[in-house]
Amino acid sequence: MAKRIVIPFGPQHPVLPEPIHLDLVLEDEKVVDALLSIGYVHRGLEKLVEKREFPEYVYVIERTCGICSYIHGLSYCQAIEEIMKIEIPERALFLRTMGSEYSRMHSHLLSMGCLADGMGFENLFMNLFKVRERIVDRMEASFGGRIIQGTCKVGGVRKDIDEESLGSIVTEMESIEKELKEITDVLIKDDSVKHRLRGVGMLSKEDAYELGAVGPTARGSGVKIDLRMRGYAAYDRIKFEPVLGTGGDCHSRTAVRVRELFQSADIIKQCAKKIPDGPIEVKYTGNPKGEYFSRVEQPRGEAIHYAKGNGSRFLQRFRIRTPTFANVPPLIHMLKGCDLADVPLIIISIDPCISCVER
Amino acid sequence: MSLFQIAKTTVKSLFSAPATLMYPTKPAKKSKGTRGTLENDINRCIFCGNCQRKCPCVAITVDKNSRTWELDRFRCVSCNCCVEVCPVKCLRMENDYTKPTTDSKMKVLLKSEKPAPAQAPKPVAPPGVANPRSQKPGTPNAPSADSPP
Ligand code: SF4
Ligand code: SF4
Repeated sequence: MAKRIVIPFGPQHPVLPEPIHLDLVLEDEKVVDALLSIGYVHRGLEKLVEKREFPEYVYVIERTCGICSYIHGLSYCQAIEEIMKIEIPERALFLRTMGSEYSRMHSHLLSMGCLADGMGFENLFMNLFKVRERIVDRMEASFGGRIIQGTCKVGGVRKDIDEESLGSIVTEMESIEKELKEITDVLIKDDSVKHRLRGVGMLSKEDAYELGAVGPTARGSGVKIDLRMRGYAAYDRIKFEPVLGTGGDCHSRTAVRVRELFQSADIIKQCAKKIPDGPIEVKYTGNPKGEYFSRVEQPRGEAIHYAKGNGSRFLQRFRIRTPTFANVPPLIHMLKGCDLADVPLIIISIDPCISCVER
Repeated sequence: MSLFQIAKTTVKSLFSAPATLMYPTKPAKKSKGTRGTLENDINRCIFCGNCQRKCPCVAITVDKNSRTWELDRFRCVSCNCCVEVCPVKCLRMENDYTKPTTDSKMKVLLKSEKPAPAQAPKPVAPPGVANPRSQKPGTPNAPSADSPP
């Protein structure tokens, strides 16, 4: 038996945007075990719910994650609205759906850019970010923030998109799609990328299901879970099908993200065409009393928000189960048996968001 | 074989304008709705303290007695919450981002001692009587702009 050595990976590592630490147990070049430790960016956001009134807490919850912030806000508002039985206007639901899909697009592009960077494919990385910039600009123009859009509020949304902008969103999205097609083809078809990603970080369908993988990590292995199918916000009025991959490797997960980009673009266009007129928020009175589990699909997978109110301005308990948290056991499973050189790619392929995990 | 799939894109970008903006030679992009810097029109502020209570970052300190309104720019996350809750709408969100500064102190705005033109809701010293809370020397009378570096 080869001698075992332990190599520390992270919390500072060129491929990691956020701090996570792994102790990799190696036998020669093969990883035989990986021990994960987190806790570098814990901020105690869940506890803060006792100190901020529930309408203002949405600003805190949006800052759980620097990338999928919008959907955190949406999920929180959804939970409070369910507890307080607030009926949201149709237009607000469509605006929320559009906001979610914009954040999905920029998040997927970021993740694929990081993957390209992790492979050493700088050119691809920059081209992906060039497209991402257009999406982020549009988010800033429509919602006021480049990443933290901050438009969800309990009872609706804060900002409306006027008719003219809705029209330009559709035409702009078509040109973005064209640009995306060209650049994502590289990610799917280029031989060097395929060579680097195929067969790396295998996760079978059964393992993905048993280990509780969510989002593109699960769908890349062929597990059909997509929370949007439950039809929250305006998803029940939009036509779409979950994107499934078959390979279960890094390439398959990336391909799922690529196809989801086009799916998101399509959903945004559908929303812009179908959005009804009307108010964007409703007034409400009272405080939340009761509890609710809100489940939404984030770019990285299913997020669960649990809120419990006791009839005061402050919630009693709030908890988030973020998608990356669920994807950690599959990640450890994938790492076992892989080569040391593949570790960074496998980690990026689940699109980890450590700030989310630690909250 | 698609070994050089990206070649087309690369050649194209060689002959097109740069995608990056040469900041600071060219000004940064901004759009109308950008949440950038928080500003307060102090002469209309009634020091109700709503903004302080609602700010999720505890960035604002309002003191009714000394009639000051302070903002810790390093705490503010430009969320727009205070602007929404202000009853007299004296707060506004500018679409410029906050200028870089080395000054970690807060921005202190002192309400000018003269009553505001329309309605000065707060008690002002009766005419003829010197205001006991006269300003410290050196404090600007009007709402100060960004604190000097
Ligand atoms: S909410 Fe407006 S009026 Fe009240 S203290 Fe703040 S800035 Fe002044
Ligand atoms: S913009 Fe938000 S963070 Fe900044 S002072 Fe106002 S409420 Fe506080």
